Amino acid sequence: MNRAMALMRRLLALLRGDPQADRAVPPTGFTARLTLFTAAAMAFLAVFALALSTATGRLAERWGAELARTATLRLSAPEGQMAAQTATALTILAQTPGVASSHALTPEENRALLEPWFGPDLPVESLPIPQLIEITLEEDGFDATGLRARLQAEVPGAVLDDHTRWRAPLTLAASRLRWLGVLALGLIALSTAAMITLAAQAALAANAQVIRVLRLVGAQDVYIARAFVRRFTLRALWGAMGGTAAGLTALWMLPAADTTEGFLTGLGFRGAGWLWPLLIPPFAAITAFAATRAAALATLRAQS
Amino acid sequence: MQGPARWGGRATAARIEPAGRLRHKEGQAGGQAVIELRQVGMGYGGRRLFAGLDLSLQPGSFHFLTGPSGAGKTTLLKLCYAELRATEGQVMLFGQDTRSMGRDAVALARRRIGVVHQDCQFLDHLPLAENILLPLTVAGRRAEGEVHLPELLAWVGLSRRADALPPELSGGERQRAALARAVITGPEVILADEPTGNIDWDMSQRLLTLLVELNRMGRAVLVATHDLTLIRAAKAQVAARVLRLREGRLLQAGADL
Ligand SMILES: Nc1ncnc2c1ncn2[C@@H]1O[C@H](COP(=O)(O)OP(=O)(O)OP(=O)(O)O)[C@@H](O)[C@H]1O
Ligand SMILES: [Mg+2]
Repeated sequence: MNRAMALMRRLLALLRGDPQADRAVPPTGFTARLTLFTAAAMAFLAVFALALSTATGRLAERWGAELARTATLRLSAPEGQMAAQTATALTILAQTPGVASSHALTPEENRALLEPWFGPDLPVESLPIPQLIEITLEEDGFDATGLRARLQAEVPGAVLDDHTRWRAPLTLAASRLRWLGVLALGLIALSTAAMITLAAQAALAANAQVIRVLRLVGAQDVYIARAFVRRFTLRALWGAMGGTAAGLTALWMLPAADTTEGFLTGLGFRGAGWLWPLLIPPFAAITAFAATRAAALATLRAQS
Repeated sequence: MQGPARWGGRATAARIEPAGRLRHKEGQAGGQAVIELRQVGMGYGGRRLFAGLDLSLQPGSFHFLTGPSGAGKTTLLKLCYAELRATEGQVMLFGQDTRSMGRDAVALARRRIGVVHQDCQFLDHLPLAENILLPLTVAGRRAEGEVHLPELLAWVGLSRRADALPPELSGGERQRAALARAVITGPEVILADEPTGNIDWDMSQRLLTLLVELNRMGRAVLVATHDLTLIRAAKAQVAARVLRLREGRLLQAGADL
């Protein structure tokens, strides 16, 4: 904690800057552009990884919640017994703890359900389609095994579907996706650090003579390092700001694929979620600061 | 000798505090050598340049170092500001053994030593004025120097060249700038390697005057040079000792110099 505070103080002092110290090191063309570009590209990717991560989180939650609180009972019975068996099943459901309500689908509802596949004029009544009972559950769920046993005895043609089959792989996939998003963020951070370290090392090597002169006039390692660190931190900050802005614009311009009832969710942020990507530029700056500082101090130690 | 006395004196006042504190911390008695070489040997690779060499620079002392080209004068000076480490013996800077000094300690010691390098060593992308101020800039004392810079530039005849970049200067102009950079901190020791090699006689006299003035204020001065007329001119003004480095040995030169 104290170390983090000390690091933060150093970072702030650094950004406040010492123009004289900056000028001691000549601006270096290609490492500057490399850092700026890397930071921008990585920030752009980070916006999408972050969006993926939060969107799949949302998706997993929605799938889990919606499927968990409903179940379906499918009833097949010989002609003439359907009404009686439906009534029995509804009675049993009404007596089952954890069931909030149950509702036998009417022929109209059946038609609506099948309409997307068979068109509007399907003569549902004349078809031997099973009776569906939609069950809404209470928060804590119900004892599916117990209910199945009871139904087996009293309504032999009933099949209970509590959606676990669907839910489990879907939520698993969603949470895997979410972790992939987090992993991608981690990889992006690592590559940024690696690229900036290389750029900083190139800059240090290119300025060996400058470092020599600074040492001859009594400059200490931290002073020399600071000139490099400040430059790379600022470049990473500016680059990441540009990349984040571009990423957010691209996300914002994606067509909205979101409907509130649907299982799909748009790849974007919701409400305060839009604030998450704003962390990318400062994070990039901190990464650049730490990477350049470590590279500079190590190089200076080796060059002495 | 109004010029150097005025700005040099002010620079001294500014230096006394930190220097005094350091000296106190190290428990160093006044009058002790600022730089001392004890039985120092040095060579590059397998080739030995000199061995068993003793040298002590007291505050207020003035030394010339002569010797044939390639004898090791520059090498000897580099040992004195720890750019090189001796292969044998002990080099003491302000009472501290360089063998036990880390990079930061060496940096702090160098702030108390003004060096005119034979090859000048400037930052080519910075204007001359910035280069001259550099030792103060890296020490966080830049403001002190800004006050005295115009006078110092005038003294070494570079007032009009303050904004020029080092590569745009003549050899003599660079040497004068190097001397200005060496003295701007008001250092306790001045080590000058061929400071007048490319400079005409009149300007050499001005630079010598500057060194003599600083020496009278108590600074130790060591000048490596081939210029015998410069040595004679100095001996007329101060009690300068002349050392000759030759065939690996450091000897007092005869009274003929
Ligand atoms: N970095 C180095 N590596 C190997 N040999 C070196 C190095 N620096 C100097 N030498 C050799 O050491 C010897 C002494 O060099 P030095 O520069 O100290 O001589 P000098 O007395 O200053 O000569 P000059 O009067 O020409 O400036 C020379 O023969 C030189 O070739
Ligand atoms: Mg030499």
